[in-house]
Amino acid sequence: MRTDAMLTAYKTIVTREIRRFMRIWPQTLLPPAVTMTLYFIIFGNLIGSRIGAMGGFDYMAFIVPGLIMMSVITSSYANVVSSFFSMKFQRSIEELLVSPVPNWVILAGYVTGGMSRGLGIGFIVTLLSLGFTQLSIHHLPMVILTVFLTSALFSLGGFINAMLATKFDDISIVPTFVLTPLTYLGGVFYSIDLLPGFWQGVSMINPILYMVNAFRYGILGVSDVNPYLALGMILLFIAILSAISLRMLARGKGIRH
Amino acid sequence: MTNALEIEGLVKTYGDGFQALKGIDLHVAEGDFFALLGPNGAGKSTTLGIVCSLVNKSSGKVRVFGSDIDTHLSDAKLNLGVVPQEFNFNQFEKVFDIVTTQAGYYGIPLKKASESAEKYLRQLGLWDKRNTPAMMLSGGMKRRLMIARALVHEPKLLILDEPTAGVDIELRRSMWTFLEEMNRQGTTIILTTHYLEEAEALCRNIAIIDHGKILRHTSKRALLQQLSSETFVLDTAEPLTEAPVLDGFFSHMDDEGALVVDVEKGQSLNGMFVQLEAQGVRVVSMRTKANRLEELFIRMVEDNNPRNTKQGETA
Repeated sequence: MRTDAMLTAYKTIVTREIRRFMRIWPQTLLPPAVTMTLYFIIFGNLIGSRIGAMGGFDYMAFIVPGLIMMSVITSSYANVVSSFFSMKFQRSIEELLVSPVPNWVILAGYVTGGMSRGLGIGFIVTLLSLGFTQLSIHHLPMVILTVFLTSALFSLGGFINAMLATKFDDISIVPTFVLTPLTYLGGVFYSIDLLPGFWQGVSMINPILYMVNAFRYGILGVSDVNPYLALGMILLFIAILSAISLRMLARGKGIRH
Repeated sequence: MTNALEIEGLVKTYGDGFQALKGIDLHVAEGDFFALLGPNGAGKSTTLGIVCSLVNKSSGKVRVFGSDIDTHLSDAKLNLGVVPQEFNFNQFEKVFDIVTTQAGYYGIPLKKASESAEKYLRQLGLWDKRNTPAMMLSGGMKRRLMIARALVHEPKLLILDEPTAGVDIELRRSMWTFLEEMNRQGTTIILTTHYLEEAEALCRNIAIIDHGKILRHTSKRALLQQLSSETFVLDTAEPLTEAPVLDGFFSHMDDEGALVVDVEKGQSLNGMFVQLEAQGVRVVSMRTKANRLEELFIRMVEDNNPRNTKQGETA
């Protein structure tokens, strides 16, 4: 396939993905906006005012970066896993399989689609947060890099989940039993300095802790971990998950007989 | 002339050990209208699935217009259009979006894709439904949508797996006309069908597959010459209540009240007409029965499955 044809195919996949989540915006864009507003009101305003400062900032300012990152992670993952699995379920994935689109273009298209929704939600939540606190950017490149790479990483995670899933239950297991606990325990609502030594050590094996802290560093300039180590880890995971995804596509795991 | 499709020693063994294809060879010439026939589970869809990259082969070679799917898969796919047996589009998307998106997968820019989509949606009578979500279409419209989608990138080889399944007679005839026109314009067509009348009416060459093996691979004419008798349907001026007895011929009435007469090969038709005249039966028109192929097909499949013969015969 020629390069310009591959670019057209990539744009087609991305356009279709964006059209899909825009068509069902009450399911895709509205819920995270409502949920995050409630977090800001309840945790930030009501409870946060009694907690006081954390990491040198008032509690609302401390949790905003984590909540933005949480919405980016869950939306990126959810978009790819539900879209790709629906295509498998409806067999419309065959439209792609019979076409000459290379596997890496298919993967890039879905990941970009997931990132579009994840970053779009991140933008909406950021705008909402401005109604509750003032945000100043400490390190813009770190903010941009962290949010883009994290969104790409969880889009890849959603893609692998969709490839492996055989029924609709399978696409909710990971978000419910893995992603949500890791996010809540990933330092969104607290600094790990508050934890006893043992649990601080356990927290350090949670990859989401690194992403939340790298993003928080970019905005507030404070972090529980080295933000550059966090970026390196995200890049490493992206490389690993990309290789796994391409391998699964080449073998036709769950999509070819 | 280049072959549109060449298959050599194609084997497919599924994960559970079931061997769906046992080393089949097949070739379809460019410009042909070809039928792949076989009972359910014979290996038709597996064969076409491998050609279309929906099924991984175990071994063997497949070439589409000379492009080997192992080494030049992208080139092979560019020449292929596929109409599957099951509806496989996103039911929530609009008709026009489904067709233009498919064109995009082939690298066709949106402007050109839109023109091509309009052309085929108009030809298939779906242009008025272009903004309708696919789920709102009737079964026949959904089938036509899949044909428009398969043609949007102007493939040289069109593969149709049971294209008229569940479609009413009127629509089936209009789809035949459309496919015949596509074939006349140079598109090679391969179809599988359960309606043997369809294969007999449309196709020039035929392969019969059963239990993963090709039983026959020849022209329709050569296949039909194997028949020892031919069946004629006679319309009479006055309706008959029962079939007249004709010496040397087997006659009966069909469900629509027409007289049906079997004529052995080499037997003169004059004798039949003399007897009908003598009995006061006036024939106003006559045609050959179109499902002769069905008879041959059943015979071949039964020969390949001796266990399917009646138990009483072997007891």
